[in-house]
Amino acid sequence: MTSSGPVDSFYYIQHHLMNWHAKLASGNSFLRLNLDTLLVSITLGLLFIGIFRLVAAKASSGVPGKLQCAIEMVVGFVDTQVKDTYHGTSKIIAPLALTIFVWIFFMNAMDLLPVDLVPRIVEGAGAESMRAVPTADLNMTFALSLSVFVLIIFYNIRIKGPIGFFKEMCLSPFGIWALPVNLILNVVHELAKPLSLSLRLFGNMYAGELIFILIAALLPWWSQPFLALPWAIFHILIITLQAFIFMMLSIVYLSMAHESH
Amino acid sequence: MNLNLTLLGQMLTFVLLVAFTMKYIWPHLMKAIDERQQKIADGLAAADRGKHELELAHHKAAEILRDAKLHAANYIEQANKRAASIVEEAKEHARGETERMLVLARNEIMIERTAAREALRQEIAGIALQSAQKVLGRHIDSAADDKLIEQFIAEVAGD
Repeated sequence: MTSSGPVDSFYYIQHHLMNWHAKLASGNSFLRLNLDTLLVSITLGLLFIGIFRLVAAKASSGVPGKLQCAIEMVVGFVDTQVKDTYHGTSKIIAPLALTIFVWIFFMNAMDLLPVDLVPRIVEGAGAESMRAVPTADLNMTFALSLSVFVLIIFYNIRIKGPIGFFKEMCLSPFGIWALPVNLILNVVHELAKPLSLSLRLFGNMYAGELIFILIAALLPWWSQPFLALPWAIFHILIITLQAFIFMMLSIVYLSMAHESH
Repeated sequence: MNLNLTLLGQMLTFVLLVAFTMKYIWPHLMKAIDERQQKIADGLAAADRGKHELELAHHKAAEILRDAKLHAANYIEQANKRAASIVEEAKEHARGETERMLVLARNEIMIERTAAREALRQEIAGIALQSAQKVLGRHIDSAADDKLIEQFIAEVAGD
C-alpha cells in the first residue's frame, strides 16, 4: 500500500486494526468471536504441539538431530528457569511455562510477517478484515493471564486451604485491626497480576504491530525497508523478551502462591 | 478491541494446550534430556577411567619392557657363557684326540720299527751266514755255529 491520501491511509490503518469477528447476537458486543485471533492462535498452538510432539515421540538419548537439539534447548531453558524459581512439587508448572513461552513466541512472531500477507490471504478467502497477531488482541492476552490467575488462586487455596487463604487475604500485612485495608490491598495485589501480565504483552505487541502498519501506510514503498527492517530486527528481541517475561512472571506468581507471606 | 467471547475460547484453547504439553511433550523430552545427561556423565567418567587406565598401562608396559631387557641381557650372558664353554670343551676334546692319535702313531711307529729291525736282523743273519759260508767254503748248519751268528747279529743290532 502506498500513501495516496490521508483518507486512504486512515482507512488502511483502521482496517488493519479491526478484528475479523462473528456476531453471535446483534447488539451485544460481548457475544462475538474474533475469528482471526482464534484461527491464528489455534493454528500456531497446533503447530507448537505438532512439532514438539513429533520430537518428543521419537526423542532418543543418542545423538540428537538438529530439531531435537533446538527443542531440547528450549525445554532445558524453561526447565532451568522453573527449577530456579519454583520449589513446589506441582507437575503442571514446567509444561505450563513451556506452553506459555513457545505459544506466545509463535503468536508474537506473526508480527514479523509482512503486515499485509496474512490479512490479504484470509480476506481473499472471504473475511472482511483480519489481524494476524493474536497477542495484539486483548482477548488473547487476557485469556492467558486469567488462566494463570485461576491457577494462582487454585494453588493459593490448595496449599493454604480455603480458610488459610482467606485469613492471609484479611490479615496480612497489617494484622487484624486493619482488616479492610488488608483485604483491599490483597485483592488489588492479586488482580494486578493478570492485569499487568496481559496488558504488558498486549501493549508491546499492539504497539509493534501499529508501527509496522504505520510504516506500511504512511511511507512511500521504496523507503519502507529502511524502517521496517530495523524495526523487525529489534522486534525479534521484543517478541522473545515478551514471551520470556510472561512465562517468567507466571512462574514467579505461581511460586508465590505456594508460599505464605 | 473490546473483550468478547473470544476470551473464553482462548482460555479453553490454552488449557487444552497446557494439558497436551503436560501429558505428551514434557515427560518425553525431559526423559530424553535426563538420559542424555546421564550418558554424557557416564561418558566423561569412562573417559577419565580410560585415561587413568592408559597411564597404568603405560607404567605396566614400561615395567614389562624393563623386565624383558633384563631377561634378554641374562639370556645373552648365558648364551655367551655357554658358547665359551662349548668352545673350551671342543678345544679340550681336540687336544685329547690329538694326544690319542699321537700315542697311536707312536705305537705304530714302534711296531713298524720292531718289525723292520727284526727283518733287518734276519737279513743280516742271512748275509752273514752266506758270507761266512763263502769264507769258510763250506756249509754251516751246525748248532754250534748258530751261537756265533747270534752273537754277531747281536753286535750288529746292538745299536
